[in-house]
Amino acid sequence: MSNLVSKNLNMIFKTPKGETVHALKDLNFTLKKGELLTVLGPSGCGKTTLLNITAGFIKPTSGVITLNNKEIDGPGVERGMVFQQGALFEWLTVAENVNFGLRMKKKDPVSTQKKVDEWLDIVGLKGFGNTPTYQLSGGMQQRVALARCLINDPDLILMDEPLGALDALTREKMQSLVLKIWKETGKTIILITHSVEEALLLGERLYVMAPRPGRIHKEYNLPFALMGLKEDLREIKKNKEFSQKREEILEMIWNMEEEIMGKEN
Amino acid sequence: MLTQILTFLIFFAVIGCILYGRRLIKTEKVDAVFGNPERALGGTHWVIVGSSFLLLIWLYYSWDIAKGFYPKSANELCQVAKVNDSLLGLKYQFPIEEREFKSTSQIKKENKNLKIIQNEIQNSKELDREQKIELINFINKTNQLIPLLTNEDLLENETKQKISDVTGKINLLIENFQKPDYPFETEQELNERLKAVNEEGGWGITKVDAGSGSIENTLEVPLVPATDRGLKFHAAAQELNLISDEFFKLRNHNPQFKNKIKELKNEIKSYRKDLNDNEEVASNYAKNIVKIARRIEFASIYPPKALDKMQAAIIKFENAQKNAQGGLRFIDILLFPAGTIIASGPSCSEQGSGRWLPKPSDTFKKFILMSKPSVGYKDIPLLWIQMVDISKMIGFILPDWIADILPGEYPVHTKDGIVKQNFKGGVLKIVTGDFNLFKVPVPYGHIWDSFLRVFLGLIFGILIGVPLGLFMGLNRFAKGFFDPLIELYRPVPPLAWAPLIISVLGIDNTGKVFLLFMVSLSIMIISARAGASGTQLSKIHAAHSLGASKKQILRYVIFPNSLPEILTGIRVAVGMCWGTLVAAEFLAGTTGIGFVENVAKKYFQYEVIWITIFIMGMLGLLFDITLRKIIAKTIPWRGKG
Repeated sequence: MSNLVSKNLNMIFKTPKGETVHALKDLNFTLKKGELLTVLGPSGCGKTTLLNITAGFIKPTSGVITLNNKEIDGPGVERGMVFQQGALFEWLTVAENVNFGLRMKKKDPVSTQKKVDEWLDIVGLKGFGNTPTYQLSGGMQQRVALARCLINDPDLILMDEPLGALDALTREKMQSLVLKIWKETGKTIILITHSVEEALLLGERLYVMAPRPGRIHKEYNLPFALMGLKEDLREIKKNKEFSQKREEILEMIWNMEEEIMGKEN
Repeated sequence: MLTQILTFLIFFAVIGCILYGRRLIKTEKVDAVFGNPERALGGTHWVIVGSSFLLLIWLYYSWDIAKGFYPKSANELCQVAKVNDSLLGLKYQFPIEEREFKSTSQIKKENKNLKIIQNEIQNSKELDREQKIELINFINKTNQLIPLLTNEDLLENETKQKISDVTGKINLLIENFQKPDYPFETEQELNERLKAVNEEGGWGITKVDAGSGSIENTLEVPLVPATDRGLKFHAAAQELNLISDEFFKLRNHNPQFKNKIKELKNEIKSYRKDLNDNEEVASNYAKNIVKIARRIEFASIYPPKALDKMQAAIIKFENAQKNAQGGLRFIDILLFPAGTIIASGPSCSEQGSGRWLPKPSDTFKKFILMSKPSVGYKDIPLLWIQMVDISKMIGFILPDWIADILPGEYPVHTKDGIVKQNFKGGVLKIVTGDFNLFKVPVPYGHIWDSFLRVFLGLIFGILIGVPLGLFMGLNRFAKGFFDPLIELYRPVPPLAWAPLIISVLGIDNTGKVFLLFMVSLSIMIISARAGASGTQLSKIHAAHSLGASKKQILRYVIFPNSLPEILTGIRVAVGMCWGTLVAAEFLAGTTGIGFVENVAKKYFQYEVIWITIFIMGMLGLLFDITLRKIIAKTIPWRGKG
C-alpha cells in the first residue's frame, strides 16, 4: 500500500531576530492511498510547512516522513504540487506548461502531445493549447496547473490553497473538478485551505491544526466528499450535519485566533 | 530652389494644420473632461505643426531662408560690412556711435592715469622727499602737454589744410557714391570681376565637388562683389581705407609741443641715468610717466572744433550709404536673425547663429558629398563595401599555433636557394590566410566601424555577463567572489578607464571594444543577477516537483524568467556603450563617427559636426528600435506573469 506516514515530525525555524519558532511539533499521521485529506487552521499553524516538507522543499528538524515506505528526501515527480497562484511558466503556452514534466523526462513528443490533449480535455481546456498562459483567467490557470501536475501521474498530489484566489462561482466549479479528478484517478490528495466550507466539502478526512506549536488539534472523518461525487455541492451545504460541523470548526478556529491575539496583547 | 519650395511647403503645412486643428476642436464633441488622458490621444496634424516649426526655425536661424530667396544678399552684406570696417576708425574719433570725442576720452584717461601715479608717489615710503618733488614735477610737465594740443590758436595751418583735404575727399566720395554709375567701371573691369565672381562660387556650399575629392572648408561668404550695388560699396570701402590711412598718418604736433615733449623726455632720461641701482622705484615711476607722455604724443588729440566739418561729412556719408543699401537693410534685419555678415580685414564671415547652425541645404549637400565612397572623410567613406578574400577571414579566425603543433619542420631553403613546400608549411599558409579563394563583400567605413565596436563590445559583454550574472544570482560563492571585482570597477565612469585602456591596448579596435565590453559587462551581470534572483520561488518549486533537474531548471525556468531583465539590461547597455564609444573615439583613433566629429571640430566644419550628430542619433535610434522589436517578439509576457 502506498501510504504517507509521518513519524514525530518536528520543524523548528529560527527567525532573523534569533527567536525559535516551533512550526510543527510531534506530527504523527498516516494517509492511505486514495484518501483526500484537507488541512485547516489559522495562520501560522504550520499547514504550508507540512506541505513543503511533504513536497521535499524543506527538511524537517527531526522525525521522518515516508511515502510508500521511502523516506522523502528532496522534491520528486511522485509528489505533484499545485500552488495558490498556479505558478505557471508564463513564457510557455498552455500546452507547453502541461507538457513541461514530460519534456523534462524527454518523452517521445508524439505520445506526449496525445496525453496533453487528453488532460486539457479532462480539465476542460480543450482548444486552449496554444494560448499564452497570461491570457487566461485565474480559474483557467488553476486548471492548467492541475493538468500540469496530473500528467506526471504522481502518487500524491499536494495542493496549497489552490482555490484561494478564485471568485465564488469559479471556486465551486473547481471544487467539483477536484472531486471528479480525485474519483477518476484515485490519487491521494492533501489540500490546504483557509475556507472551512471547502475543507468540509472536499475532505474525506479533515485535520484542524493549531498554532504555537503547530500540531494537529482535531481530526474528522467526513462523508461529504463522497456525497459530493453524486450530489450538487450546493445541496450538501444545506445539509444539517454540514452546517453543524461548520459552526463547530469555526468556533474552534475562532477560539484559537483569540488565544493568539490575547497572547500578543 | 529646394529651400524656397520647402519653406513654402512648411509654411502652408503649418497654416493648414492649425486651421484643421481649430476646426476639429470646434466641431469635435469632446466628452473627456480636463485631466482625462484621452484628451491627449491622436493629433497627427499637431505633429506636423511641431516638426514644421522645428524645421522652420532651423531654416530661419541658419539663414537658409535668406540664402534660398536672396542668394546674393550675403555677398552684398559683405560689401556693406567692408565699408563699415573701413569707416570704423574714423567714426570712433567722433561722438557718432560713442558718447564723446576720442580726444576727450583720451584726455580723461591720461589725466586719470597721471593722478593715480601722483597719489602713489606722494604716499610712497620708499621715495625720499627730493625724489618726490622731482617726479611730481615731471607729472606736471606731462600734464601741461595736453593744452598745447587742444589750443585752437596753436593749430598749425598745415594741419588745418590736411584736415580740410581729408574732409574734402570724403565729401567727393559722397557725391560720387550717390551717382548711379559709381564706381565708373570699364567693360574690361566688369568682365574681369564677373570672371572672378564665377570662379569664387556662391554663398555656402554651392560647388558640391570641391575638385580635390575631399571635403575642405569652402568659402563661407563670397568676397568679390557680384552685384552693382555690392560693387558700389566695395569701391567706397577701398577709397575710405585710403582716406582713413591719410587721416591717421596726420599728427597735431605744433613746434611748442614738439619742444616741450622733447625736453621732458630728455629730462626724464637724464634723471633715470643719474639714479643708483637701489633707487629702482623712482626709476620705474619716471618710466611710467614717460609712457603716458608718449601715449599723448601718438593719440589723435585735436582742438574741440577742429574736426567739426569732417564729422559732418562722415555722418553724411553714413546716411548716404544707408540709403544706398535700400532693401538690403530689411533683408539684413529680417532674414539674418541673431547676427549678420561681418568683415574683418580682407575676409567676410557669418557671425552669429548662421555660423554655428549650418544651413539645411548646405548640410544636405555636404552629407551627399561625404556619402560618396570616393570622398568620405579623411579618405575613409562613411559606409561602403569592399571586397575581401574569404581567406583573410579564415586566417583571422584560425589560430596560427595549429601549424606549430603539427609534427615535422617548416621548409628550409636548399643550397640552390629553392624553398620546397611541405605539409606543415602548407597548413601555415592556410591558418595565416596566405591563399586566395573567392572575394565576398564586407562593409567598412566610419559608420560601420562605430557600429561594429558597439556590437562587439555588447556581444562579448552579453556572452560573459549573462552566464556570470545568472551564476551570481544563484550561488553564494559566485556572488561573494565576483561582487567586489564588479563593484570596484562599475562605479568608475567608463571614460575614466579610457585613457588607461587605450594606452595599454592601443587606439585601434581592441582598446575600444574592450572598453565597451567593460561597460556592457557590468550592466549585463547586474541585470542577469537581478533576473535570476527575482525568480518566484513557487515557479522553481513547481519545476522541481515536475521532475526538472538543476540544469533544466536553469535552462527552462530561471533563464526565461530573467529574460525581461536581461533584455532591458541590453537596452541600457546599448545606450551606455554608444555614449562611451563616441567619447572614446574623441580621445584617440583614426576612424569612427566620433573621430569624424572631433576632426570636424578642429576645422570648425559645423556642417560635418551636425551630420555626425545626426548619424549618431539615427544609429542610436536604430539600435533601440531593433531591441524594442526583439523585446516585443521574445518576451510578450513581460509584466503580465
